[in-house]
Amino acid sequence: MKYFTPPQLSLRFLPIWQRHFLVWKKLAIPNMLGNLADPIFYMLGFGYGIGSLMPHIGGVSYLSFLSAGSLCYSTMNSASFETLYSGFSRMHVQKTWEAIMNTPLTLDDILLSELFWGATKSLLSGVAILIVIWGLGLEHDWALSLWAIPVAFLIGLTFSAMGLVMNAISPGYEFFMYYFTLVITPMVLLGGVFFPTERMPATFQFVAACLPLTHALQLVRPLIMGHIPHDMGRHILIMLVWGASSFWLATGLTRRRLLH
Amino acid sequence: MSLISVHKLSKQYEATEVVRGLDLTIQPGECFGLLGPNGAGKTTTLKMLLGLVSPSSGDIRIGTYRIPEQARLARQTIGVMPQMDNLDPDFTVTENLRTYGRYFGLNLDQLNARIPGLLELTGLTSKADSQIPTLSGGMKRRLTLARALINDPELIVLDEPTTGLDPQARHAIWSGLRRLIQQGKTILLTTHFMEEAERLCDRLAIIDHGQLIATGTPRDLIASEVEPQVTEIYGETVTQWAEQHAGSCCDRHELSDETLYCYTHDSSSLLTILQNQTALRYLQRPSNLEDVFLKLTGRELRD
Repeated sequence: MKYFTPPQLSLRFLPIWQRHFLVWKKLAIPNMLGNLADPIFYMLGFGYGIGSLMPHIGGVSYLSFLSAGSLCYSTMNSASFETLYSGFSRMHVQKTWEAIMNTPLTLDDILLSELFWGATKSLLSGVAILIVIWGLGLEHDWALSLWAIPVAFLIGLTFSAMGLVMNAISPGYEFFMYYFTLVITPMVLLGGVFFPTERMPATFQFVAACLPLTHALQLVRPLIMGHIPHDMGRHILIMLVWGASSFWLATGLTRRRLLH
Repeated sequence: MSLISVHKLSKQYEATEVVRGLDLTIQPGECFGLLGPNGAGKTTTLKMLLGLVSPSSGDIRIGTYRIPEQARLARQTIGVMPQMDNLDPDFTVTENLRTYGRYFGLNLDQLNARIPGLLELTGLTSKADSQIPTLSGGMKRRLTLARALINDPELIVLDEPTTGLDPQARHAIWSGLRRLIQQGKTILLTTHFMEEAERLCDRLAIIDHGQLIATGTPRDLIASEVEPQVTEIYGETVTQWAEQHAGSCCDRHELSDETLYCYTHDSSSLLTILQNQTALRYLQRPSNLEDVFLKLTGRELRD
């Protein structure tokens, strides 16, 4: 299987990343507002609405609990939407990738640019949500909550890589709906975005423990709640394994799709 | 030394062989045309030359680079104008050129020095800050040509550069290409406009079903492959007339739909006969590359 040799990693991807950034910059303000509005409404609506019906969770208000979930959820979505819909446009509709492949850059460089660009979008959303968290005073230790920023980038890398796998096998935009309904939604419900995983049946907990979003939450939530995450190395490692293996798979599948 | 040499190049997809043992040599400074009907293997051949598709067998060399192993280095010296426009719709004309130039490792100073000349060459100076969706089809094509030249390439590869353009836009592209030929650039173009090939190319190759079927200068191909005169005869009774007279009046003839193509070395006796045939209309012309192409690749429709 010549397509599935390891991805070639090179800094050559930077001019392509710069291209994505310059396009984004043209519409930066509507982009950011669009990114932010949805998670903020969710956070405030559910946080105050459901939160008023509920006791504290682990000693904090439901709104605080949910804020960490929102951060993970929206960073995951930023990377997913970017690599699925926007990435697919660049690959299949606008043929931007094809134009780039005629230069000294390679498909592997393009994929790496998509990976890092998706993660950059996650980083931007993560920071935006964090600003809201700070604004509402939901964090318990400001300095510790800053560590959610690199975690947002890691979430971005992991979910960009997973999104690129879908992109590589997608016949069209409609296909992405499967990914959202069959992968993202269950992951959100099991992973602890809206309610603690510990309250669920053992089987669900076992499945949740395998999913990357669960580990993202186990890093971000303690950081917002003001303590150092337990078992940090394991959570980071599991996300990295998801990210690295997805990226390898995505590279192989995309090479097979475009370079045959 | 040749700039491009292709030896016994083949590409197989499962059961179908798209390119079959192709041999080509292109000299520096030459404008070389690759002609063939749809599905003949032109685009696949170009993709293999650029290292974007690996050949099933055969050797490709561009300059001193072996392809596909050193394709990345080779592409540093090649400019490509693809068949379909793939400009960045979110950028202006200048931003498109700048962004593309950065893919070649050019810095902003180099790009700012180069871009005005390219806009001038392609007649886009007044459009430097225009958005892509506001450009006409011809302007987009010209911008794609300018973009292909951003790295000052030695070799320019054009995949059907004027498909879908109106005559004015086509002539504008041709004049740009002629200036590049005068500058000594090597050009490899695919086309199915015979007029384009005849006007621009020093040499051409006609390929069909992945195989080379003829190669030479346009003039030599016309001289060697077809008779110098063509009389196109049409009218309701042409089929009948052809049965009786075509064999004796034409050196070679083809009947396609309602038209008889009569190829001759000397058409004077044919014309005398035709003058008395009031039911038939006819057109007398020298043979051209299209006659060569149709003779070699047939008149059946290709999809």
